[in-house]
Amino acid sequence: MVWALAILQTLLFIAAAPLLASWLKRIKCRLQNRRAPSLFQPYRDLRKLYRKRPIVPYPASWIFRAAPYIVFASTVLAAAIVPLAAVDLPTARIADVIVLVGFFALGRTFQVLAGMDIGTAFGGMGSSREMTVSSLAEPAMLMAVFTLAMSAHTTNLSQAMNYVHDTGLVLRPSFVFALGGLLLVAIAETGRIPVDNPATHLELTMIHEAMILEYSGRWLALIEWASQIKLMLYGVLIANIFFPWGIAQDFSWPALICGVAAIALKLALLAVVLGLSEALFAKMRIFRVQEYLGFAYLLGVLGLLSHIILEAARVHH
Amino acid sequence: MSIIELSLYQQAILLLAGLIALTSFLMLGQSRLVRLVKVFAAQGMLLAATTALAATVLEYPHLYVSAALNLLLKGIVIPLLLQRLIHRLELHRVMDTVDHPARVMMGGAALVVFSYYVSLPVVENSHLVTLNAIAVSLAVVLLGMLLMITRRQAVAHVVGFMSIENGLFFAAVVSTYGMPMVVELGVAFDVLVAAVVFGVFFFQIRASIDSLNVDRLSKLSEVEP
Repeated sequence: MVWALAILQTLLFIAAAPLLASWLKRIKCRLQNRRAPSLFQPYRDLRKLYRKRPIVPYPASWIFRAAPYIVFASTVLAAAIVPLAAVDLPTARIADVIVLVGFFALGRTFQVLAGMDIGTAFGGMGSSREMTVSSLAEPAMLMAVFTLAMSAHTTNLSQAMNYVHDTGLVLRPSFVFALGGLLLVAIAETGRIPVDNPATHLELTMIHEAMILEYSGRWLALIEWASQIKLMLYGVLIANIFFPWGIAQDFSWPALICGVAAIALKLALLAVVLGLSEALFAKMRIFRVQEYLGFAYLLGVLGLLSHIILEAARVHH
Repeated sequence: MSIIELSLYQQAILLLAGLIALTSFLMLGQSRLVRLVKVFAAQGMLLAATTALAATVLEYPHLYVSAALNLLLKGIVIPLLLQRLIHRLELHRVMDTVDHPARVMMGGAALVVFSYYVSLPVVENSHLVTLNAIAVSLAVVLLGMLLMITRRQAVAHVVGFMSIENGLFFAAVVSTYGMPMVVELGVAFDVLVAAVVFGVFFFQIRASIDSLNVDRLSKLSEVEP
């Protein structure tokens, strides 16, 4: 029963990811005075791409062909271990957040290899930039996660969410810093403005698009879908760790439905915040990304320090 | 006592303490003087908010006066004065970049650890709730000094100096519920006078070396080579 629920939750995760992406697009369109496409446009795009025959460039090796499947599979596995609507599911219990970062790294490695595999200039450029960004983003993300782990005494996501839920509203300075750091990392890792622009094919500014330039057909569909799931993953992480209220703590139907509604509301609000920030900020130069991610890392360090200085129990002599 | 056992107001004081430390770090990284002054104003306002909260929690009405004074002087008047000076000296486009921003930030984090270590014995001997923040106030003082060391523009030095004063005021609020009113009023007006005097000083420095870059001060010599 619980395993069925876990699989159901993962499927819901995968199915809802394009919807979140199109909701975000709708908010951006509204802010830029444009008419938004239908909320179901990403599904149509994916179906159209899936029907088309992929074209393999001449020098491509097996890595190029295997990468979309590995990227998609690792993202789906990552989605399986993040509690979406209910905590304490068996998939969330067997893996912690470091495994999650590992899944991200696995998918990224193959995407980068595939970018270099075909030997075009853009692929190599995109791969090198992706590795630069992620090598700076990963420590910042782990710092934010460790801040959380110090309060919750666990790196397991489901237990941490339970802990935050059960302690109620506590204004922890360390959580504010960790939230800031994680937001910055999420923007960098999902390739949003100001680090990367997901809507552009402008040659010199691309990061993610440069790597997948040679993909077509169903492979492109898989990669696009995976990046939509990744966006939702970060959104769910932020929403459920810092604002876990409403998530189902038992497996009764009312609780589960309430959990789904709560996470949908939280993600919709988070997308509004993200859309606003994308409308307000311009894309940075690539060489300023390290400053940006350095700031995210600093927020993580400040989170750890403020946990020790301001929050920890004091021993009286 | 860990943070879960405190009341929401007390938690809010600690949260604001964390944010004040963050503004100090933001000042370290800010290379445009106008923005530096804006962050400084934000720090002053946060400090005023902390003081007002402390007044509520501890039921010390005289802290409301110092909160209002702090908001007025360090949140509004002095930043406006500095802003006007920057525009009149035509420094608003000047970039005062730090040479190694990452190293300065790590140095700042090390200073926070150091001030925690130094204030540990003080915190252990007291039952005051807000005393956890004393390490933060010490860190704000040290970070203000670091700001003065790493910058070349005289305006940035003044901001660093004022931020040191912010740190001392914060220490007074969290450790002894504020200084006596006479001292506080005196310090507040001293700071205001200091801002005015610094303004006159800027014009003097600029008149004599034609720049506000203090690196050039060391090149002054009586005899032209």
